[in-house]
Amino acid sequence: MAQAIQSVNIPRLEKIARELRVDVIRMLEAAGSGHPGGSFSEMEILVALYFHRLRHDPKNPAWEGRDRLILSKGHGCPGLYACLARAGYFPHEELASLRKIGSRLQGHPDRLRLPGIEVSTGSLGQGLSMAIGMALAAKLDGASWRTYCILGDGEIQEGQIWEAAMAAPKFNLDNLTVILDHNNGQIDGPVEEIMPLAPLPEKWKAFNWHVQCIDGHDFKEIFAALETADAVQGKPHAILAKTVKGKGVSFMEHQIEWHGKAPNREQAEKAVAELAGKPD
Amino acid sequence: MKATRDAFGEAIAALGEKNPRIVVLDADLGKSTMTGAFMKRFPERHFELGIAESNMIGAAAGLALCGKIPFVTSFACFLIGRLETIRVAVAYNQTNVKMVGTHAGLGIGEDGPSQMGLEDLGALRSLPHVTLLQPGDAEETRQIVAWAAEHKGPVYIRLTRQKVPDVHSGGYQWKLGRLDPVFTPAGETEHFQASVLAGGGTLEGAIDAAKALEKKGFSVRVFNAPTIKPLDSTDVLDAARNSNRLVSVEDHSVVGGLGSAVAEVLAGAGLPAPLIRLGATRFGESGTGAELYSKYGLSSEHIQDACIRNIPQ
Repeated sequence: MAQAIQSVNIPRLEKIARELRVDVIRMLEAAGSGHPGGSFSEMEILVALYFHRLRHDPKNPAWEGRDRLILSKGHGCPGLYACLARAGYFPHEELASLRKIGSRLQGHPDRLRLPGIEVSTGSLGQGLSMAIGMALAAKLDGASWRTYCILGDGEIQEGQIWEAAMAAPKFNLDNLTVILDHNNGQIDGPVEEIMPLAPLPEKWKAFNWHVQCIDGHDFKEIFAALETADAVQGKPHAILAKTVKGKGVSFMEHQIEWHGKAPNREQAEKAVAELAGKPD
Repeated sequence: MKATRDAFGEAIAALGEKNPRIVVLDADLGKSTMTGAFMKRFPERHFELGIAESNMIGAAAGLALCGKIPFVTSFACFLIGRLETIRVAVAYNQTNVKMVGTHAGLGIGEDGPSQMGLEDLGALRSLPHVTLLQPGDAEETRQIVAWAAEHKGPVYIRLTRQKVPDVHSGGYQWKLGRLDPVFTPAGETEHFQASVLAGGGTLEGAIDAAKALEKKGFSVRVFNAPTIKPLDSTDVLDAARNSNRLVSVEDHSVVGGLGSAVAEVLAGAGLPAPLIRLGATRFGESGTGAELYSKYGLSSEHIQDACIRNIPQ
């Protein structure tokens, strides 16, 4: 099932990522709240998965043979919603309902409201355990679908993550791939100040994972790592993706204040103009 | 006499034969929660997660989302200690996870207060979508475990470490939400001095108390209350109408469990029947289960007193 990286139309994916960033800006501006920083740091990872890598069917979200993706860092859901709408899970217009009363687009993802959401998340540290349960189920059934779990770097300060990190190798869950969105920002400040994670690759290696370190905004590196993860057997896979919080909008990049703040009209127009001005 | 945890162990092993979707997850307490027979017969469907209950509960949610019927087991206190994981991975996600909490209450005895589950029902009762059950004997345990496996949605089953007497005969049929009369004094059919609502470890003392009071000329009925949530209000109100008072007795905090659920029904209906709630009001200590029930207010004598003592107006 591995596809040669050469076959990937990377300019197409870069264009999608830019357009989805515009969607996120518009959604947050309309909602008046939400999380741009983490939505932008994870964007290339989501686009790589939804528009090339995942076996999924937006017309049949419950298809049993689909790959599962859990956005454990649930606050990054504006990025996920933009992907799901673009993929065809629900109408693009619905993005404007984010965080509004009665909306299917909750402030954090809700699997029972919105098609395409595998797990309701938002309480950090829980997604990896649920991903392990899914990967165990696939093994039990002899099924070939894979489970992907996107973690935030602040999120892995939760103890349950390390309970899960201990468990996955015990069960040889090579059908499980974790992608860490390592943007080094959390609400109260830089991750390395709030609670240092280094040495990160060594930690996951010590827990017996197959570890790869990549640039999380470089599609070639993302696809290469995903392919390697498919090929290496016997261990769960951790792809540690170095990312930039707020990536793609100059005044948001690396700025902690944009973790959970919506742009006002003026800021939104500036961001959209910047995103639109980049060459296709 | 059989501990309900033992009855669970037999029941889940038997169900595993019938339903290949059932899986069992343990956190290094399988020897105490009695999952050994299941593990032996279905090793591929048994997962040992180690001393890491949050991850066990989360993994069960993931398995449930892929069509499995996971039973997670641990001591009641250690499951409820992971309330946040239960809140989101099980209740909010409405995953088909069956949580089995053994070693309920003071009745565990010698292991002492840190091992006693006294807050599980109170904490879980506030979560939407979770059914809370406490079987009273081996037969009821068998029926409740079988029902839980069929029911689609989160279920919590609270079990005893200690042996409890069989209060049901072969023809018994458990019904969700309903009260189950397990003792009625001879001759009485209309009105009673008291109706006692008990469950799990407290049933034996409640029946003993009613029998002792019968000899003294008081008519006291005993109901087994195996469903904590959803509790059928009709049965509770019927019992209240036909009795001078209700007495709830539970091996759980007096706040948040059966007694609180009954009080909510009574208050909502505006009935004047008084309710005396017996339950734990403080952490326990080491000792025999019987000693603890005597010292902490759950013995037959305490129940007798609650049935007949004057209630200040």
